[in-house]
Amino acid sequence: MDPNIKKTKNSADSANYPEAIQSPSQFPDEVLEKVLSMLHSHKDRSSVSLVCKDWYNAERWSRTKIFIGNCYSVSPEIVARRFPRIKSVTLKGKPRFSDFNLVPQNWGANIHDWLVMFAKVYPLLEELRLKRMTVSDESLEFLAMSFPGFKALSLLSCDGFSTDGLKSIATHCKKLTELDIQENGIDDVSGSWLSAFPDNFTSLEILNFASLNSEVSFDALERLVSRCKSLKVLKVNKGIGLDQLQRLLVRAPQLMELGTGSFQQELMFRHCMELENAFRNCKNLQILAGLWDASYVYLHVLYPACSSLTFLNLSYATLRSDEFTKLIAHCPNLRCLWVLDTVEDKGLEAVGSCCPLLEEIRVFPAHPFDQDINHGVTESGFLAVSHGCRKLHYVLYFCQQMTNAAVATIVQNCPDFTHFRLCIMNPGQPDYLTDEPMDEAFGAVVKTCTKLQRLAVSGLLTDLTFEYIGKYAKNLETLSVAFAGRSDWGMQCVLGGCPKLRKLEIRDCPFGNAALLSGLKKYESMRSLWMSACNVTMNGCRLLAKEMPRLNVEVMKDEEDDSHVDKVYVYRSVAGPRRDAPPFVLTL
Amino acid sequence: MGKAANYENELATELRLGLLGTDHHEPEKQSFPLSLVIKSNKRSSSEMDYNSSDKCEQDSAPPPKAQVVGWPPVRSYWRNALQQQKKTESDVSGMYVKVSMDGAPYLRKIDLRVYNNYPELLKALEAMFKCTIGVYSEREGYSGSDNAPTYEDKDGDWMLVGDVPWNMFVTSCRRLRIMKESEAKGLGCL
Repeated sequence: MDPNIKKTKNSADSANYPEAIQSPSQFPDEVLEKVLSMLHSHKDRSSVSLVCKDWYNAERWSRTKIFIGNCYSVSPEIVARRFPRIKSVTLKGKPRFSDFNLVPQNWGANIHDWLVMFAKVYPLLEELRLKRMTVSDESLEFLAMSFPGFKALSLLSCDGFSTDGLKSIATHCKKLTELDIQENGIDDVSGSWLSAFPDNFTSLEILNFASLNSEVSFDALERLVSRCKSLKVLKVNKGIGLDQLQRLLVRAPQLMELGTGSFQQELMFRHCMELENAFRNCKNLQILAGLWDASYVYLHVLYPACSSLTFLNLSYATLRSDEFTKLIAHCPNLRCLWVLDTVEDKGLEAVGSCCPLLEEIRVFPAHPFDQDINHGVTESGFLAVSHGCRKLHYVLYFCQQMTNAAVATIVQNCPDFTHFRLCIMNPGQPDYLTDEPMDEAFGAVVKTCTKLQRLAVSGLLTDLTFEYIGKYAKNLETLSVAFAGRSDWGMQCVLGGCPKLRKLEIRDCPFGNAALLSGLKKYESMRSLWMSACNVTMNGCRLLAKEMPRLNVEVMKDEEDDSHVDKVYVYRSVAGPRRDAPPFVLTL
Repeated sequence: MGKAANYENELATELRLGLLGTDHHEPEKQSFPLSLVIKSNKRSSSEMDYNSSDKCEQDSAPPPKAQVVGWPPVRSYWRNALQQQKKTESDVSGMYVKVSMDGAPYLRKIDLRVYNNYPELLKALEAMFKCTIGVYSEREGYSGSDNAPTYEDKDGDWMLVGDVPWNMFVTSCRRLRIMKESEAKGLGCL
């Protein structure tokens, strides 16, 4: 590197030494690296690395955290070559629709090759956060044995491992601070993994095993919680009852985040009061989740802790509106609420009245496959929340019916939406009052909510919806479409507009080759495109693959019809076609 | 599943989206993809009845909605976890206990979860049985009327309503009985 410090571009030297003006790098590399080390945003770091070669190098030496949104967009070798000092890795694998069983088993996204490379190049690796990856027990054991300083493991929506793999982690990772296991498709062999934490192990700060079914030894858990004085997050599974919860809370009153176990148990009154006191003593509790089988009778024990809550996750608690209303009245500081639609519109009205600071709400369907109109929430619940919670910017709403007028009013009330995900559960359902398509609803959303980053549409939609989206959604990054649109024109509008589009996922829409190919130039600026059950054919996909060699075009064919494409997944990659594609995936 | 002639589903490649009997949509056909057609061997597809949102022409019993793979988009893990909940529909719908009143020909049932406290419960009982229940005091029990509310607790003992905190009462009450004051006096003196 150039050791000379170029002081100013205007010095007399610059006339005689024109090279002096060429280098924008006016700092010694150590200074540049120091400054860059304070940059944490991945987008900023990407921008920085594009300035010039010096900055590219300074950035790559100072980066310690890497985020890879699509594990196939790059290879372990390329990552290892570019970034020598990585301590934290976040990797995402399968397309999001795999959460809904649209991606067959054994599709790929296996972590193992990555781990092998990391063991070679990043022996000091501390954190690994995986989403929708396949992870085997062997990989987990390899991880546990290869990185002596390993601290944080987070597995969300992954598959392929069992509780035996967790046992390896517990046994060997002496410096573990975080073990976060969420909603994975795993083999729950036994709860004995928890007992594998050594007696002298005290560093745990985050423990989340809420989604595991097999019972752990409560004795082992209680001792673990007692000796880990820095424990901030504890989310237990259903096997832990209320009396056991009380004992845990007494040992860890410093908790900031709690996921309870089963909230239904025959409790003597005395124990009820003890539990209530335990909650009263948790002065730092901000996040509460779990509450399985929540029996209304015991909800009152939560009340002392409710006033400091900022996030309440009731997505496993089937509460009725009257029960929920009483609870929510105690939570005036809520910023984020996840709830089941058993609370109905009345419950949401209570939210509107009680939670003026609310920024995010997610309403999940308790009976997603039972389309009885008399259950769940309607547009009036959503309206009520938007009326009372003007700071709302994130919504995920599953409902049986909606109207254009309601949505228009909702976004008038809350114009700051960044994430608007509306799921009218009956596909292709129109405005139930006017029988018209829901085009104007989403038109209102994209016209009014200029900060919109993520949108999921539903209901009966013509191409007009997509005209609106393409024209107005200037900040849109993620779009999810199902059972919508009339012709190729719809998808063409989106691909022709939406300058910041990164992820487009489409299912069951009448978009064909013309639509697919209209995005030819755009896909390289996007992370990925998913199209399933549309009208795309092999010829269309082949043409795309031929024209754009830096895209991977992966096709899963229709069993009966050889030319018709069932699923196509298109993504940019600097690693070329993947070598681990299973037989049902054809890379064109 | 719904193959009645009423519906315009064509089992070839085209489904028409729209409500039967309404004409304000454009007449062009909407060709929807094959996943909506019956494929008997594939576990992943099933027939989707688009016209079931139709309000105009309906059979008396609309066909059951077929399930489309991955729709609504809820994570399968979460959905399974919810289904596993021990709570049955009856749990969700209330905590009903029998209420008997001496001299009344039949019993009633009330949902304890509807009430927040003793006064609300007592008022409801008074309305239901068209009686008056006296005023509660710890020393005297219920004074001022002929009737006293009692309940059978988890241990099978008959207790006077009102002695224990409300929440404890709700969890331990098995059934209620409105007694004549002369019998209830014996309970209050314990």
